[in-house]
Amino acid sequence: MTETSGHTESPYPGEEPILAASSVVAGYTPDVDILNGCNLTLFEDELVGIIGPNGAGKSTLIKAMFGLVPIKDGTVSLRGDDITNLPGHSLVSKGVSYVPQVRNVFAALTIIENLEMGLYLKPEIWEERYAFVTDLFPLLKDRAKQRAGSLSGGERQMVAMGRALMMDPTVLFLDEPSAGLSPANQDDVFKRIAEINEAGISIVMVEQNARTCLQICDRAYVLDQGRNAYTGTGEQLLNDPKVIELYLGTLAKAL
Amino acid sequence: MSPETRPDPLEGVAAEPGVAKPDPVLTVSNVRRSFGGITAVNVDHLEIQRGLITGLIGPNGAGKTTLFNLLTGFDTPDTGTWTFAGEDLAGVPAHLVARKGMVRTFQLTKALARMTVMENMQLAAVGQTGERLFPALLPTLWRGQEAEITARADELLTRFKLDHMRDEFSGTLSGGQKKLLEMARALMVEPSMVMLDEPMAGVNPALTQSLLGHVKGLRDNEGRTVVFVEHDMDVVFDISDWVVCLAQGEVIAEGRPSEIGANPDVIDAYLGSSHAEAPVQRRKRHERRAS
Repeated sequence: MTETSGHTESPYPGEEPILAASSVVAGYTPDVDILNGCNLTLFEDELVGIIGPNGAGKSTLIKAMFGLVPIKDGTVSLRGDDITNLPGHSLVSKGVSYVPQVRNVFAALTIIENLEMGLYLKPEIWEERYAFVTDLFPLLKDRAKQRAGSLSGGERQMVAMGRALMMDPTVLFLDEPSAGLSPANQDDVFKRIAEINEAGISIVMVEQNARTCLQICDRAYVLDQGRNAYTGTGEQLLNDPKVIELYLGTLAKAL
Repeated sequence: MSPETRPDPLEGVAAEPGVAKPDPVLTVSNVRRSFGGITAVNVDHLEIQRGLITGLIGPNGAGKTTLFNLLTGFDTPDTGTWTFAGEDLAGVPAHLVARKGMVRTFQLTKALARMTVMENMQLAAVGQTGERLFPALLPTLWRGQEAEITARADELLTRFKLDHMRDEFSGTLSGGQKKLLEMARALMVEPSMVMLDEPMAGVNPALTQSLLGHVKGLRDNEGRTVVFVEHDMDVVFDISDWVVCLAQGEVIAEGRPSEIGANPDVIDAYLGSSHAEAPVQRRKRHERRAS
């Protein structure tokens, strides 16, 4: 019931994706390719997950779409416009934001300064965005003057997500948002992600917390060795015996 | 292997903060560390039982990593003492702490990017003859030892599913693979106690399961003590013999996994009410479109 090939029929007939990566080949050095022809689509209002083993190319796919890793072959388009290999800052002004996996805050700056950095290109919308972001993450307001370097791993994640939301993006890339968070905070972050998504932001999210990711996402991609291994709705993948065996493990009791 | 068949060395130990253990390898007393006005760590008393797996849990910002930093000499407390295997370790610098057999890993990995995975591993082995100037000039003095170290490294890399990356620069590893290298490299030191800071964060769930087997092996086959920080409760409850919960720098609870899972203070401070059986809900796109 899940698709094993890269290319699938459009999940929503008659709709065009807002973001589409097709047959992307990319890597950090000229002679080594991490992605060997990956496909991904993101539709309006969707939450799409990417899961897979370590080193499968999950983060690389996000980075390639965000212009941080050179794409050697294939294309990425945003609302029909070709954005292949456009640098990150032009993507930010086109409404795409990205939250990296690690080293994602300016450690020497305070929380509020980190948020200001997120709005570097559009300071005029500060009031409205600061209210939106601190409403989502009250901690960022309560401790606005604290240096980001003195925060715990989980708190940094909130700063990074808050900063990415400052530019009022329509597409958000998240690289392992729940990593390093306590269970209560993980649930909290996934709830926030759902809220962000309901506010009209389409999201692509890489997660190692694969079960929760599949539970909340609309569709997901399983990557393996730089290729699409499985694609389907979260539910289909959660119940696919092959996916369970190869990627989910059976440690967490089946619910 | 399983806790059911092994005698419980902590039998009769009460589940209360700061409780004494029958055979502690690490004893911490009155360790305090504050950053500006915030007290990050304030541990009155804590004992870690030798040869067991102890899980350290607590909310973000509870001071878990800071406690690791203090105990392993990466940071200096305002006050406090601690002994490891009978030796006073307060004020001992990090590299000597490692030599004494207490080795830690980092939450944010510290692989040496411009060295290969194998070189990272070899570098961690201690007491290498070739490190001294005179023997370094005479390969016959260290060749055998280096071959031994390399063999041990290869064995660990296979165990941690990194053997195919052996000769790649460690800077090219993915985030999860760096986590694995961090753990494998710590074991090169042959520590009597391993402290793992979020070892499974970023590691694929299917691989997590086999790594858990290896961590249990450290206890069961090699007699090592393991202390680890982890937020994945399935992991914590699966492998821990004992769980310590920190909140706002203080030990608020200790006990067997089952006792901790049911402790109202822990649920309140850490697990959250949704921990039990209520997974995160989200209205899917098609549901929202339909309404």
